[in-house]
Amino acid sequence: MLKRFLSEIGAYFLLLSKTLKRPQKASIFGKLFMREVYDLGVNSFGLVLFTSTFVGAVVAIQMFNNFSASSFPVPNSFVGYATKVVLILEFAPTIISVILAGKVGSYIASSIGTMRVTEQIDALDIMGVNSPNFLILPKIAASIIFNPLLIAISIVFGIWGGYLAGIATGSWSKADYITGVQMYMPQHFIWYAFLKTAVFAFLIATIPAYFGYNVKGGSLEVGRASTQAVVWTIVSIIITNLLLTQMFLS
Amino acid sequence: MIEIKDLKKSFDGVEVLKGISTNFETGKVNLIIGQSGSGKTVFLKSLLNVYQPTSGEILFDGRDINKMGREDKQQLRSEIGTVFQGSALFDSMTVEENITFPLDMFTNLSFREKKRRAFEVIGRVHLEKANRKFPSEISGGMQKRVAIARAIVNNPKYLFCDEPNSGLDPYTSNIIDDLLLEITKEYNTTTIINSHDMNSVMTIGEKIIYLRQGIKEWEGNKDILINAGNKNLIDFVYSSELFKELREYFLETNKTSIENIITKPQSNEENP
Repeated sequence: MLKRFLSEIGAYFLLLSKTLKRPQKASIFGKLFMREVYDLGVNSFGLVLFTSTFVGAVVAIQMFNNFSASSFPVPNSFVGYATKVVLILEFAPTIISVILAGKVGSYIASSIGTMRVTEQIDALDIMGVNSPNFLILPKIAASIIFNPLLIAISIVFGIWGGYLAGIATGSWSKADYITGVQMYMPQHFIWYAFLKTAVFAFLIATIPAYFGYNVKGGSLEVGRASTQAVVWTIVSIIITNLLLTQMFLS
Repeated sequence: MIEIKDLKKSFDGVEVLKGISTNFETGKVNLIIGQSGSGKTVFLKSLLNVYQPTSGEILFDGRDINKMGREDKQQLRSEIGTVFQGSALFDSMTVEENITFPLDMFTNLSFREKKRRAFEVIGRVHLEKANRKFPSEISGGMQKRVAIARAIVNNPKYLFCDEPNSGLDPYTSNIIDDLLLEITKEYNTTTIINSHDMNSVMTIGEKIIYLRQGIKEWEGNKDILINAGNKNLIDFVYSSELFKELREYFLETNKTSIENIITKPQSNEENP
C-alpha cells in the first residue's frame, strides 16, 4: 500500500513536470485561461457569497454567545473583531477552499476524465500537443489568480453577514460591530490568508486533474476518480493548512 | 509508405502483438481486420506511438518513430491525421473550432487563411450547415465526418482511422467509406483503417491484413480475399449466413468483388 501511495505521488509530480512548461501557443493558452476563469472562478461566485454571508452571521452569533458567557466582561465590539479574524485566518481561506475542492475539484476531475475515456486526450497527444500543459496549466493559472479574489470577497461578505446578524438579533449594535472590525490586526494575517489560498488553489487545480488524467475505463471510473479527487484534495488542504499555520503563525 | 518490422508489444508480461511485419503503401486504403481482442487497436496505437512498442521498427517513409528526437516526432505528428472510434471531438468547441484546432496549434496562418482551409474541408465532408454546432448537437455520422475533416485539414501524409464505421448505420457507413477512399486518392495519403465492417473490407480494402491473437495471419486485398486459404480468416469474414452465401455465389460465378454485384445508394449529403 505504501509502495502504491509513493508511486502515485511520483506520478503526480511527473504529471506536474509535464504541466508546468511554457504553453505551446500563447494565444490558445489565453483563450483557455479566460474560459477557466469563468468555469472555475466566476461560476463559484454565488456559492461563495451565500456560504460566506451565512457562516459570517453564525460566527458572529457564536462569538457573542461565548463572550456573554464569559466570567469577565468582554466589550461587544470584540464580536466584530473576532469575526473578522476568524474569517481571515481560517474560514475564508480554508473552509471556502474545501468547498471549492468539492465543487471545482469534481468538475476538473470529471471533465478531464471524460476527455480521457472519450480519447480526446489521445487525440491531443497524437497531434503533438502537450496534453497536461494544454489542459491543466490554464486551470492552475486561473485558480491561483482568481481564488484569492474569491477569498477576499468571502471575507467581505462574511463580515457583512455578521453585521446583518447583529441587526437581526439586536444583540450588538452596528457601531460596536464596525468598531470591532476596524480594530488593529497584524498585517501578516492578510498575507498568510492569501498565501494559503494560492497554495490551496494549486492543490484544487492539480490533484483532481491528476485523478482525471489517469482515469482508465468508462463513466463509472470517471465518477470514482471524481470522488477520490475531492477526498484527496480536501485531505491535502487540511494537512497543508496545518503545515502553513505552523510555519507562518507559530 | 509505412514499414513495420517485427513489431512486438506486451502489457504486464502479456504479449499482445507477437512480431508483426508489413507495409502500408502510399495512396492506398490499408485495412486492419480481426476479431475483438486480436490486437488491432494496440497495433494502431503502437503505430501512432501512443504505446511504446516492446521491440520492432515502425518506419514512416524511412523514419523510425521510436528513434526520433522530440522535434522530429513533433514534425511527424503534424503529418498524421487521426480519426478515433468515438470521433474524439473536443466537446467544448464547435465543429468549426474542432476543425481549425490543428491549424491554430501548429501553423501561423492568418485568421482568414485558417477560415478558408476549414471551409474547404467542411465542404469536402458535406457539413456546411453544421459549422457552428457543438459535437453533442450533431449525429454520430456527422461527428465522424467532422473527425475526418479535422484529420485532413492540415494535409496529412498519413491518415489513421480506428473503426470509423462503428455505431453507424449501413447507409452512413457507405458514405464514410466513400469519403475515406476519395480523400486517400485526392490527398495521396497512406490511409490505415482498423475495421470490423465487412462491407468496408470488401469495397475499399486495397490492402488488408488480418490479425489473430496478435499475429498477422493473412495479408492481401479485397480481390483475393474470396479465395483466401486461411480458414480463420474465412470464418471471420464470412461469419454471417448472408456473406457465406455471397461467397459461394462469387465462387460459382467466378466474380471476385462485391462491387460487381452491389449497387451502392447515392450519398445524401444532408443525411445526418
